[in-house]
Formats: sequence, structure tokens, C-alpha cells
Amino acid sequence: MGLDFSVLPPFYGTLALGVLWTIAITAASAVLSFFGGILLAVIALYAPMAIRLPFRFVAWLFMGTPLLLQLFLIYFGLVQIGIDLPAFVAGVIGLGFHFAVYNSELIQTAMIAVDKGQMEAARTLGLSRRQALIKVVVPQAVRDVIPPIGNNMIALLKDSALVSVIGVSELTLSAQRAIGQTYRAFEFYAAAAVLYYIINLGMEAVLRWFENRNRLYR
Amino acid sequence: MDTELILKVYPYFLEAAVVTIELSILTIVLGLICGALGATARLSRFKALRFLGAAYVSFFRGTPALIQLFLLYFGGPQIGIQLDAFEAGVIGLGVNIGAYMTETMRGAIIAIDKGQGEAARTLGLSREQAFRKVVLPQALRLMIRPLGVNINAQIKGTALVSAISVVELTYTAQRYIGSTYKPFEMFFLAGVLYLVIITITGKGVAYLDRKVRLPA
Repeated sequence: MGLDFSVLPPFYGTLALGVLWTIAITAASAVLSFFGGILLAVIALYAPMAIRLPFRFVAWLFMGTPLLLQLFLIYFGLVQIGIDLPAFVAGVIGLGFHFAVYNSELIQTAMIAVDKGQMEAARTLGLSRRQALIKVVVPQAVRDVIPPIGNNMIALLKDSALVSVIGVSELTLSAQRAIGQTYRAFEFYAAAAVLYYIINLGMEAVLRWFENRNRLYR
Repeated sequence: MDTELILKVYPYFLEAAVVTIELSILTIVLGLICGALGATARLSRFKALRFLGAAYVSFFRGTPALIQLFLLYFGGPQIGIQLDAFEAGVIGLGVNIGAYMTETMRGAIIAIDKGQGEAARTLGLSREQAFRKVVLPQALRLMIRPLGVNINAQIKGTALVSAISVVELTYTAQRYIGSTYKPFEMFFLAGVLYLVIITITGKGVAYLDRKVRLPA
């Protein structure tokens, strides 16, 4: 069976829908992983031991096991305890939490690097500890790690292909559906690869714009 | 936690962990070879080689590893590449991580002060000697830690081959989740084994890094 790319056009709609879902799940998980990362970083640095240790353990667990395994756990595990989530939501939680752990490592390092005087000055000006953290320390720390967080977001985009295995109809599963009807694996996976590549380029452009916008010295 | 079930199925998980270790070793070795070739190409004097190296890195880092794996395994036969699932897994993932390792190695090499190569040339070493005897040994020292990060990612990345039905840890966990409806127990079992593999590897990398580290 040779290659015949004329099988693609009838499935343009299917693939386009897949692209939209890939962008949607990536965006939703990216937002979750960003704010989740901040929350986890604050917990890791400021929460009392009794809260910090279990979080530390779960973070260690999530950094040491494959994302695919975590997705199975979340998708099938939550059903087990009576929470029946749609695959999309399970995918967002899985991807979002996985990358939140990685983001939190970056943000923690940056928060430690923020000058102690910043917190002290904010407290002196009458802000509560929580206000000082949210309004003074966290924004400075986050700005410093925008580029590496951007790298995590790119990794997230590519790992979003994994949610196809729990049945989210994103780009990879859309390609698989088309292959199920045409038996043309090479053509459709090649098309999916090209589409991922284009999304990736777009995302890199957005991240670069965002980095420049938030740079301290221009 | 159903310990009885865990005790009953753990031998299958151990067998699967051996497959995961095999996959990890083979993909990492292939990745290191691809990385060395890729870095050589990217730093070459010849424009065509530099372009090839850049294209390799860009394609494999710009698309999901899962898609690359499917393209090779399911699409390969259409262009005359017939591989069984294990072979496709090793080649697909090895070439993929090789692209990341290319950048790691290139980064370490260009981090070495230019003066080192220049000084070596001035002392009469050829371009090739200067690289092999002066620049590379220093760069190798810088590479160990970031390559360790790639290796850590790759061990977890072997889970992807479960999608093409290679019976490794994640596939085994998934199958038992399906047949026993005990996701937490199965995740626990597979997770512990992954953590053991990753922790031991991490310690090995840290040891190697300490061994070659220059005193501060």
C-alpha cells in the first residue's frame, strides 16, 4: 500500500475539530497548571508541616511516574470513588496537575530568590502576610520564570496527545478515527504531525510575545 | 487498599518492570547515539549538515512523541518499514529523545569558553584534536546533569509504548485496572516500581556528576 494523500480532504473537518479540541485542552490545562503551580509553591514554602509533607509526597509521586499512568488513575480512579467525570475534564485535571507540579518547582526556586526585603517592606507598609505574598512576592517570582514555564507549556501541548487514550476527541484521536475508516495510517498521522507542528509554532509566538511584554527592563 | 490482590498480581508487574528497564536502556543508548550525531551535525562547518541537524531537532521536538510512534508503527508498513511493537517503540522513542539530547549536548559544548579551543589551536593541535582533547572532555562534565534530566524523562516516556501494546509497566497496570477495577492499587504497584527505577537512576547520575565535578 503506497502513499495517497488524496484520502485527506474528506476528513479536513474531523481534523480541524481535533485541532480545536487540542487547543482547548491545552489552554485549559495550561491555566490550571499555572495557578496550581503557584498554589503548590506557596504551600511548599509557607504551609505548616502537616499540610506541606503530604503535598511534598504527592508531588514526588507525580514527578516520578509517567503522565499516562496518572491519566489512567484519574480517569478510572475517580469513577471508582463515585465521581464520574467526562474524559475532557479528567484529561484537564491530569495534564493540569502533572504540569502544576513541574511549574511549582520553578516558582519555588524563584520565590526563594526574591529578596527578603520585599516581604519585610510590604509588611512594614501594613500589608498582611497573605497580601504581601500575593501582591508582592509571587508576581516578582512568576515574572522571573515565565520562559521556563513557557517550555513546560510547550511540553504540555505535546503531551495533550496522551489524553486520546482516555477517549478525548482531540487531534490524535481524530486522526485515529479517520484511520479507522480509511486504513491510511501514514497519511493521517503525518497530517496530525504537521498540524501539531503548526500549533507549536503558534504557541511559541504567543509565548515570545508574552515574555517580551513582561520583561522587567525593556 | 486491597493487599491480597496486590500480593497476587505483583509478579506480573515485576516482569513488566523488566521490560520497562529494557526499553529504557535501549532507548537511552539509541538516544545518546542520535544526540551525539545530531550535536555533531548542528555544530558542523558544513551548512547542509547544520540544516539537517536543525531539521531533525525541530521535527522531533515539535510534534508529540506519541504521534511519531504511531507514524512509525502503524504508518511504517505503507512505506516499507515493518517493525514489531517493541522494535518500533525502541526506535521511535530513541530517535525522539535523541533530539532532546542533541540540544543538551550542543548546549554543553557551546558553553565551553571559546578561548579553550583557540588556545589549543595556538598550541599546535588540529581542529579535530582541539575538540576531542580539550573542548569535549570539559563539555562532557557539563552534560551529565542535563542528560540525567533527559534520561529521567525517557524512563517515564517508555510508558507511551503501552499505546502500541508493548507489555510494559503502564500497559500491565492499565490491563489490571480494566480487569480488577482497582485503579489505586494498580497505580500504587506500577508507581512504586517506576519510582524505584527512577530513584536508582537519579542516584547514579548524581554520583557520576559528583565524581567528575571540579572542586569549586
